[in-house]
Amino acid sequence: MTDDTLLSVEGLCIDLMIGDRPHSAVTDVSFSIRRGETFGLVGESGCGKSVTSLAVIGLLKHPLIRAGGRILLDGEDLTTVSASRMRALRGARIAMIFQEPMTALNPLSPIGRQIAEMFVLHKGATWHEADRLAVKALGNVRVPAPERRVKDYPHQLSGGMRQRVMIAIALACDPDLLLADEPTTALDVTVQAEILELIRDLSSARGTAVMMISHDLGLIANMCARVGVMYAGRLVEQQEADSVFRNPQHPYTQGLIASLPLLGARARHGRKALNEIRGVVPAVADFPKGCRFNPRCERSTDLCVETDPDRTWLESGGFVRCHHHG
Amino acid sequence: MDDQHSPAVLRVEDLNVKFTLGSALFGSRRTVHAVNGVDLELRSGECLGLVGESGCGKSTLALSLMGLQLPTGGRIILDGEDISAPGVDRRKRARMAQIVFQDPYSSLNPRQSVWRTLAAPLRLHGITDKDEIRDRVTEALGRVGLRPELADRYPHEFSGGQRQRIGIARALILEPKIMVLDEPVSALDVSIRAQIINLLLEMKETLGLAYVMISHDLGVVEHMSDRVAVMYLGRIVESADWKAIFTEPRHPYTRALISAIPDPFGKGIGTKIGGEVPNPIDLPTGCSFHPRCPHAADACRQPPVPELEEIDEGHFVRCIRAREIGQGE
Repeated sequence: MTDDTLLSVEGLCIDLMIGDRPHSAVTDVSFSIRRGETFGLVGESGCGKSVTSLAVIGLLKHPLIRAGGRILLDGEDLTTVSASRMRALRGARIAMIFQEPMTALNPLSPIGRQIAEMFVLHKGATWHEADRLAVKALGNVRVPAPERRVKDYPHQLSGGMRQRVMIAIALACDPDLLLADEPTTALDVTVQAEILELIRDLSSARGTAVMMISHDLGLIANMCARVGVMYAGRLVEQQEADSVFRNPQHPYTQGLIASLPLLGARARHGRKALNEIRGVVPAVADFPKGCRFNPRCERSTDLCVETDPDRTWLESGGFVRCHHHG
Repeated sequence: MDDQHSPAVLRVEDLNVKFTLGSALFGSRRTVHAVNGVDLELRSGECLGLVGESGCGKSTLALSLMGLQLPTGGRIILDGEDISAPGVDRRKRARMAQIVFQDPYSSLNPRQSVWRTLAAPLRLHGITDKDEIRDRVTEALGRVGLRPELADRYPHEFSGGQRQRIGIARALILEPKIMVLDEPVSALDVSIRAQIINLLLEMKETLGLAYVMISHDLGVVEHMSDRVAVMYLGRIVESADWKAIFTEPRHPYTRALISAIPDPFGKGIGTKIGGEVPNPIDLPTGCSFHPRCPHAADACRQPPVPELEEIDEGHFVRCIRAREIGQGE
């Protein structure tokens, strides 16, 4: 760990309670994010990526419970701090952008008010002052005519504009860490490009670290410096973004990349049948024994069925969790 | 490549769908022109990719093809027969065109077994012989890679990918000539998508089906389509062979769409266009794309709306500056 580590997640385990029985939804996930770094978590639905981010910002609730591990923000263990301390950190030092801006915004409150609230709650500003800062914050996310727009309600805005408001709220207090959970999945591609650029520009200008979560491997590789790949509650591979795409080590990552119809591939190489990963993504209650990918893996051996592989460190500095990697 | 001699199984001529909003009483009646003068042609064994952002009219167009949305103008000719006329036999249309929906969770009846889901269309179409029903259900399941003994199960017992296979089997059961695929893989897990894409392509080859595929995932569109039509605010702005669309796009909007896709190997997000799709109630004058277009000139802002012009063989573009822009970059 170097000194500029901002967030360090160590051995995080999260259980999903089904009835009285806990099922491990996230198992022994460890990663760290440096100041100003953009880190990506990629995986399919149910792999535990969103739940991991909820744990970081302290919003896990029943039936999800943290079953182990530590989450350190600048050395302060977020899993042991009081609720009021967590509330103070949330918004001020850690902020989050959600996938669906319509459900994340309050439909009954003008957007300017929702931004201004941040300054009142976290910076002790008066409402009058905060309203002025809200106009500025809205201008920063490139909303045209912000002084008029602050009076609008969420339903008066398009999806892209709503997501800009979410970003304005999230960045209002200059957080150290921004969690972005599928921030553009609900948006059209041209709007997605604008929002991604906005997140990238604002975070790099302010030195905000970003943890971006998506199922879109292409987007994550493009936006992030380092990438973690999750499968069935496990972080199965972590590498520099370039290496993940060019030199994936885990059979799951390799299979996933080979299964994507990448833009431009047919024009360059002609149409080839896409690689299929056999089987289905397991549900939390049915995570298999041993390596969780083993029922779908072509390299699976007896060892994989019996023993959960440990991390193997790669020369590049990343790791892979597979008995037969490479 | 598409065979010029094989007859079109689907022809859409000057199709218009308008929706009226508001009430006449208070004089605030306004219309949204969701589909605006669309012409299309589709041959058997061909996949037409329909691309555009939300609100461009691609889903309304698909619903019109299925008879689920009555057009306000123009004609839809399926296998030589005008099916957009009122009073057309819906069962006949159902035998010619079927649809696969985006969400395999909400598009299957949870209270019907797979067997009932697949047998119901056959019964509706007058097939009552039990052996024939069994044979055809078994065959349809086999085509989509499901074992026939699964027919007694209910949708909740299947994974997303398997449900989409059931949706495809249901579309296949009446042996249609055309299948409308409305975002066929976007609700599926990434690792499952390839299975469905491969299945659809293989079925197209072996059964000689024609597809109209709607997708916002340009990677999927490039992989599957023979021809591509790009829609913007109800109009087709560019249509061509897949290769021309993806390697030499000529309309600024098509270029913007393609370059907006994040390149996993590059660090540039690509060139962007400003703004968002305008309100379809007040269309901009002249070219509808001009407020967002980096190449807009004065002429683009003036009426009339640019014509869809053939600038290369089979390559149509609705842009008065297509020729200059194409050469310039």
